[in-house]
Amino acid sequence: MTINVAMTVNGKAVSGKVEARTLLVQFLREHLGLTGTHVGCDTSQCGACVVHLDGKSIKSCTILAVQAEGGKVTTIEGLAESADKLHPMQEAFRENHALQCGFCTPGMVMSAIDMVKRNNYQLDEATVRRELEGNLCRCTGYHNIVKAILAAAPAMKAAGV
Amino acid sequence: MTAETGIGARVKRKEDQRFLTGTGRYVDDLPLARATYAYFLRSPHAHAKIKSIDTAAAKAMPGVVEIFTGADTAAAKMGGLICGWVVKDKHGQPHKAPPHPVMAADTVRYVGDPVAMVIANSAAEARDAAEAIKVDYDVKPANVDLSKALAKGTPEVHAEAPGNLIYDWEIGVKADVDAAFAKAAHVTKLDIVNNRLIPNAMEPRAAAAEYDKGTGNYTLWSTSQNPHVLRLILSAFVLGIPEHKLRVVAPDVGGGFGSKIFCYNEETMVTWAAAKVGRPIKWTAERAESFMTDAHGRDHITHAELALDKDNKFLAMKVETIANMGAYLSTFSTAVPTYLYATLLAGQYTTPLIYANVKAAVTHTAPVDAYRGAGRPEATFVVESLVSAAAKELKVDPAELRRKNFIPPEAFPYQTPVALQYDSGNYPPIIDEAMKIADYKGFESRRAEAKSRGKLRGIGFSSYIEACGLAPSQVIGQLGGGVGQWEAAQIKFNPTGNVQVLTGSHSHGQSHETTFAQIVSDKLGVPIENIEVVHGDTATTPFGMGTYGSRSLAVGGSAIMKAADKVIAKGKKIAAHLMEASVADVVFENGTFKVAGTDKAVPLGQAVFAAYVPHNYPLQELEPGMDENAFYDPANFVYPAGTQICEVEIDPDTGATEIVNFTAVDDFGNVINPMIVEGQVHGGITQGVGQALLECAVYDKDTGQLLSGSFNDYAMPRADDVPSFKTGYKVTPCPHNPLGVKGCGEAGAIAAPAAVMNAIHDAVAPIGVKHVPMPATPQTVWQAIHGGK
Amino acid sequence: MYDFAYHRPKTLAEAAAALKGKPEARAMSGGMTLIPTLKQRLAKPSDVVDLNGIKDLAGIKVDGSSVTIGGMTRHADVASSADVKKAIPALAHLAGHIGDPAVRNRGTIGGSVANSDPAADYPAAVLGLGATITTNSRTIKADDFFKGLFETALEDGELITSITFPKADKAGYMKFPNPASRYAMVGVFVAKTGNSVRVAVTGAGPCVFRVKAMEDALAKNFSSDAIKDIKIPADGLNSDIHGSAEYRAHLVNVMARRALDQANK
Repeated sequence: MTINVAMTVNGKAVSGKVEARTLLVQFLREHLGLTGTHVGCDTSQCGACVVHLDGKSIKSCTILAVQAEGGKVTTIEGLAESADKLHPMQEAFRENHALQCGFCTPGMVMSAIDMVKRNNYQLDEATVRRELEGNLCRCTGYHNIVKAILAAAPAMKAAGV
Repeated sequence: MTAETGIGARVKRKEDQRFLTGTGRYVDDLPLARATYAYFLRSPHAHAKIKSIDTAAAKAMPGVVEIFTGADTAAAKMGGLICGWVVKDKHGQPHKAPPHPVMAADTVRYVGDPVAMVIANSAAEARDAAEAIKVDYDVKPANVDLSKALAKGTPEVHAEAPGNLIYDWEIGVKADVDAAFAKAAHVTKLDIVNNRLIPNAMEPRAAAAEYDKGTGNYTLWSTSQNPHVLRLILSAFVLGIPEHKLRVVAPDVGGGFGSKIFCYNEETMVTWAAAKVGRPIKWTAERAESFMTDAHGRDHITHAELALDKDNKFLAMKVETIANMGAYLSTFSTAVPTYLYATLLAGQYTTPLIYANVKAAVTHTAPVDAYRGAGRPEATFVVESLVSAAAKELKVDPAELRRKNFIPPEAFPYQTPVALQYDSGNYPPIIDEAMKIADYKGFESRRAEAKSRGKLRGIGFSSYIEACGLAPSQVIGQLGGGVGQWEAAQIKFNPTGNVQVLTGSHSHGQSHETTFAQIVSDKLGVPIENIEVVHGDTATTPFGMGTYGSRSLAVGGSAIMKAADKVIAKGKKIAAHLMEASVADVVFENGTFKVAGTDKAVPLGQAVFAAYVPHNYPLQELEPGMDENAFYDPANFVYPAGTQICEVEIDPDTGATEIVNFTAVDDFGNVINPMIVEGQVHGGITQGVGQALLECAVYDKDTGQLLSGSFNDYAMPRADDVPSFKTGYKVTPCPHNPLGVKGCGEAGAIAAPAAVMNAIHDAVAPIGVKHVPMPATPQTVWQAIHGGK
Repeated sequence: MYDFAYHRPKTLAEAAAALKGKPEARAMSGGMTLIPTLKQRLAKPSDVVDLNGIKDLAGIKVDGSSVTIGGMTRHADVASSADVKKAIPALAHLAGHIGDPAVRNRGTIGGSVANSDPAADYPAAVLGLGATITTNSRTIKADDFFKGLFETALEDGELITSITFPKADKAGYMKFPNPASRYAMVGVFVAKTGNSVRVAVTGAGPCVFRVKAMEDALAKNFSSDAIKDIKIPADGLNSDIHGSAEYRAHLVNVMARRALDQANK
């Protein structure tokens, strides 16, 4: 079954023709060329595919593209104001060496931003570790990811994002 | 300028911008016009004869372009996948080398063995069609249980390997070791299973290939740790495409940990088939396929004994190991449980006599090969488990027993009884520092406090040694390795003074783009932002042997140093000419050539410009241009060492183990970028913790089905499974490479399993529990405590 | 995933009509179980009827004696609801420990309960609190709802519209997660409402179940001490590479005691 789908991605209106079975992540990667969102598993556990739909983190591998009809999607490509001005979470990941191979990074950053906001910019290490349950990283041992998120929370608050 | 960006500085990574903004380019991200998509139909059986394969219905499915089976690859006379390391058994005979067809022809030997390749206009259509292929299997009994693999009557995996034995290998003189044991005051004995692991780099393996009919050139994009070696294997052994007609590109790669060293079926088929179908082909593994078909790691069964004299000095060690090879011999599989394992059994100790016997067995399971640490984690686990167990039995402090037996700092270079000669090291200050950071003195009061909360608290040491920075080519050759182990580099200045550093090493998380740039910035005084490190493409970079065995910096970085030396040497000649001075009088400091005792100075950039615009240039004596190559073949392995201390709390009601403290103090020689090194240590420790507490590849012993075939059943370490780590350094520079560096990529994973398991054994010892197998999952610990089912 | 016909009804009636007469059609709420199942080609529905377009199926209402949660209410909304936290804190706690944050942002209570996954958390609260399930055609008591492994009293085409939880005097939920999937290896919900005590166990058996021996003991003395010697038979419990039936039986007791300690805090 082929369906027309339209949504807003990173502030731009987009549309396309998809099969009913097309996942949102496939629409983003294959139709829109937004390959920053990754697929690392088929069981909804690794979190490499996390994006924001209407302001909330979701796993874009576990939602059909047609289900995002009319929605506002933000991906890793849509976070930075410009090449020189990254989102405070991106900046914190860089400052704290919270990424190595980079594959889990987009999902980590998207989950982390949602986490900071959901917890009203107030986080402690235990909360960060618990709330990263849905994001796997095989490189960093999480140490620097946790540090980065703790550093980003006040920075996000100060920046008003 | 170089103080902030040179050797030793915590430079932020150059590669981060693209990864943080979603603009990295991994294999699956590549847009290829008119691409087709491959899906591999795989054996659902661990062992079966293929009676027939009927692809007719599948070929008629929508979108299908072509289907290939083992009959096609056999008709094309495609070579098999190779094992590149010939291990000679204890009688001097080369190991048994059963064939490894790229597509299973008449027999399937593990669940996941590829049977048919479907190529279609979309990935979904390829998979749809694969379901329409009819394969008639004659299912046979499988050999899955390693403990029975070599027993009489166990089904054989290959006719070429009678009794499933690949080799029976030994090192050391058994009679001497037995004699030492006969005189021992105390003998500690352990039976150890080193659990099988699945690497699970977060990016699944992927391959894409295209063929240019006009030139006859092939291009393969692969998730490879070593594109040149992959090309060499495909060219020389498997596909017969001449090396100069095959370009292999490893673009951004999402982690490897060993699993992406090897030459695999899928990338081979994608390359070959791209020419057959005349369109690009893309393949990306689903995670389920990664679980089934990525080369697994570890999987040893070992009996080990340590003999001590009355003063608790180690007299001798003997080790018997059965190592699982899986169904086929993967690229480096044979070397892992021999030269990368048994040669490390001396650890940090003066044990004068060591004997090890290793039997490699094939089973109806996925191939097993190098995984982060590769042999050295297994060796460290044996040695450090033995030492801690001996300390328990003898009621001595585990740190004291270690210290008593450490190789003393004045003994280096130190020849071990198992072939290696350690170049440098100073172990006592490392354990001292680790104990200080971990507050070892305060442990007993923490244990008592935990007890008041109903928790069992324990502390464990792991003092590891590793041989890495592989390796002197001639030594590798003598041991049966099929390749050289040098690295190459090219420093290519542009006329405007910026630099491309081309390296044969590939980075897939290791941060070469930053670390290598730091070396060049430091050495040549070029601002780091003017340096670009280029890697991963056989068309543009010098030949590289690959990124594994913690070798990129020690070997690849040293090649860059040599190339930089050549730049300086040539620059001196140019500068001497420009300054009308003698070359012997020119010195190079902070990026500038000077004549000592004068104010004459030529910045490197000016010399480079003169080399490209040679209007005032000694053309009679010197070629124009500034583009220097170097190859570096190391004189020895490098020997990082360290001590980890792990502290755990066990909930005896549930068996759950929490790591409450983890300290690692390492000697990696000189450190180029401490921020990056710490990141490597954190990640390595977490993989080691994963092995100790969580991860285990489990096959059904009867059917050979992989029971831990997804993240639902294979427990990956998550953020709340580990604490923040405490790290420290001690530095004894490597004496034989120009950077004085050792290697840091594998250390964490090598040492951590023993640290964690020793802590667990310490925690349960007061309640009389002697043995907890690895991984110490909650159920396993609970069963050990309660003797339950 | 196999392709299917996709429907996005705006009303319950439209949803029921889209499902009617199609034995291979599947309703989808949060999709957190259905989509992974489809991706692995373990199901081949002819039609997927997406309930996310139906207004009024999501929401939380609290009255003097109960909390009613719409079938399409997301786990994250239950977990963060001030009303639920006040009325039945154990229920908010449970919802906040289902899956991970991204899953909680999509997964729904109706979907979870209708699926009756043996390792799901919500069934423990539904049975443990003695909730009432309201569908588009009737109401069903929790004790009559869960029938077995992935099996419930729901008829074909019957959809959960809301679940009403009676407020408990005291309630607690503790789970021991599977180290790999983080689903409940064993989860125990305990609740005391007047003189009635319920103990519901998820993860351990083919489907959520009550433990009468514990309930009887706790009716007399609602404390963890009262059940410390009550052992659950291992017969019929789940057994896999992560936990034997015996281990799970043991964990039921441990988690029940911890849930009680939480309830009594």
